[in-house]
Amino acid sequence: MNTEARQGIFSWIFSTDHKRIGILYLCSVLAFFLTGVVIGLLMRLELIAPGRTIVSARTYDSLFTLHGIIMIFFFVIPGVPASLGNYFLPLQIGARDVAFPRLNLLSWWLYLIAGITAISTIFLPGGPPDTGWTFYPPYSIRTPTNVSVAALAAFIIGFSSILTGINFITTIHRLRAPGMTWFRMPLFPWTLYATAWVQVLATPVIAITLLLLILERAFGIGFFDPTKGGDPLMFEHLFWIYSHPAVYVMILPAMGIISEIVPTFSRKTVFGYKAIVFSGLSIASLGYVVWGHHMFTSGMSDVSNMVFSFITFAVAVPSGIKVFNWIATMYKGSVDIKPPLLYAFAFIFLFCIGGLTGLINSAVATNIHIHGTYFIVAHFHYTMFGGAGFAFFSGLHYWIPKMSGRLYNFKTSAVACIIMFTGFNILYFPMFLLGWQGMPRRYYDYPPVFQGNNVISTIGSWILAAGLLIMFTNLARALFKGEKAGDNPWDGTTLEWQTSSPPPPENFLEIPVITRGPYSRERNT
Amino acid sequence: MDAKLVKHTDEVGAKMGMWLFLFTEMLFFGGVFLLYAVYRAHYSADFHDASSELNRTIGTFNTVILITSSFSAALSLSEIKKGAVRSSGVSLGITALLGTVFLIVKYFEWSTKIGHGIYPGSAYLNDMSHGKVLFYSLYFVMTGIHAFHVLIGIIVFLVIIFMINKGTIHEGSSVKLENAALYWHFVDIAWIYLFPLLYLLR
Repeated sequence: MNTEARQGIFSWIFSTDHKRIGILYLCSVLAFFLTGVVIGLLMRLELIAPGRTIVSARTYDSLFTLHGIIMIFFFVIPGVPASLGNYFLPLQIGARDVAFPRLNLLSWWLYLIAGITAISTIFLPGGPPDTGWTFYPPYSIRTPTNVSVAALAAFIIGFSSILTGINFITTIHRLRAPGMTWFRMPLFPWTLYATAWVQVLATPVIAITLLLLILERAFGIGFFDPTKGGDPLMFEHLFWIYSHPAVYVMILPAMGIISEIVPTFSRKTVFGYKAIVFSGLSIASLGYVVWGHHMFTSGMSDVSNMVFSFITFAVAVPSGIKVFNWIATMYKGSVDIKPPLLYAFAFIFLFCIGGLTGLINSAVATNIHIHGTYFIVAHFHYTMFGGAGFAFFSGLHYWIPKMSGRLYNFKTSAVACIIMFTGFNILYFPMFLLGWQGMPRRYYDYPPVFQGNNVISTIGSWILAAGLLIMFTNLARALFKGEKAGDNPWDGTTLEWQTSSPPPPENFLEIPVITRGPYSRERNT
Repeated sequence: MDAKLVKHTDEVGAKMGMWLFLFTEMLFFGGVFLLYAVYRAHYSADFHDASSELNRTIGTFNTVILITSSFSAALSLSEIKKGAVRSSGVSLGITALLGTVFLIVKYFEWSTKIGHGIYPGSAYLNDMSHGKVLFYSLYFVMTGIHAFHVLIGIIVFLVIIFMINKGTIHEGSSVKLENAALYWHFVDIAWIYLFPLLYLLR
């Protein structure tokens, strides 16, 4: 291996090494995450008092749309699989790279092009879209803002996501180390496998939907335009056929991270390995057929409503199984509360609130009451940010020592975790109350009766932002000044801990032969 | 750029990747097929009238062209596996040529319709009943997306022919050709569904 060739910017942006692409993705998703955070803070600041505070109503519409598009398409969906997944999937299954390294690089480039396209809507005449990230017609057909450009960005990033999915499925089928049977595979690759199938089988549906939206705006094809006989409800169906499974693209790999961290810091093999595997697969497959629960007030038949409601309840069962498994893994383990586990605790707690309020949404009767209110906003931030977000942070704390070879300050990261956890609940819990009282989401203004909870929520956003700042500063500092981590700082059992930190270009000097389960505390030969 | 230490191709893996890609293509087309099904059920009389205005003869001709091209693509693969590099390249050339004929016929079909003022957004079409507007929009969108796939296929085949001539695709390493042929068969099958739905079903 030529060492000179591995320096300079081109050795990164044209690298086909899955580890470098993972880091490229990590930097890009974090950049988008921070952009989304700033937009979120602006929105909260606007809502601190009724009426105009800092921006106009029109700007506010663009803000929540951009916040949604950036956070959903550019942070949570690619967040875990494309960054940590890219880096650790081949390491954990004992492979030298993914199955299609060049496609992997292409997928990052598509991500970048999509990102630039999405951001360009701010500067193009017409301004950023103001439809909400869901692009519902008929408004999305009529608005003069750059909906087509934003839809094109989402279309391109869909390609990127599909390529990642195809790559991961093939990698897992073809490149596992000798002796690594399916049930000797660690749980993070298992959840990436389930996720990859969702990416492959759901993303094309949003691609065609957004393409039709673009054609609708450009040529007036009429599919979603009631004045031409089309049906906006069909757009909602097609949109959610992808976008509901997409939330499992967000949460499944997050669950995978937690399933790695809990056994490592409990010094125990995971409880109910197969139950975790199968619950992940059943979440992925049931997740396909619940999209209608986004449309209970859109005018579907009662029968459809009831069926979608029932299946939505069913999907809570495997999620619950996972939570029980994590807790049972800790039971009688020698639990060592290091920062990754602390973030995992925050994940489990917040995800439980998010998941259980999901059941309130999925019951048709209560859904009619809270549909389109802040209750929904609170629910999905508990699952997506409290869930996927905190698991992502947990994963960063777990794996950054492996990726950089350096350790961060444990105390600072624990303080950051506690501040973020506190801020998070102050920010989002009042939204449950606001929603229950009937405050609609996406509104710029509200009656004075809602002000108290809005003020609390905005204060929470500042605390959360302070926590994020401390956490990222601490991690960034570790990259330059942290003490050496060693190959296996956590006494982990999976394969990534058996190579050096950071791993060599081809991951392993010699491909290991697997003779045991992933969390067994005996060593491989 | 990392130099690969060992150059190796996992042919089974490459084919698996292609099949996964074809699943995504199927679901991509699935979206418009779903809309077709729903709107056909809503406006069956309009769909009946509109579809009888399409030219069945031209549609049938194009179907024959495309099926023949799939045959020559399959022939090209079996030739290269036998080591007959030259005839494999010729077969693939015929495939690309037939694909081009398909597109030319499609061009004339579209321009006839457009010449009559029938295209999405035209005042003439918008004055028709809702079902007809949707049928013609579906016709243009579905055949348009399909034609785009045909175009991509032709370009891919030209690249493959170039690679056969250069010797990078040969008897021992033919998975790229096989994947291209798989893609072409998919494009063919999509047409096999589009043809009856748009031209024949009344």
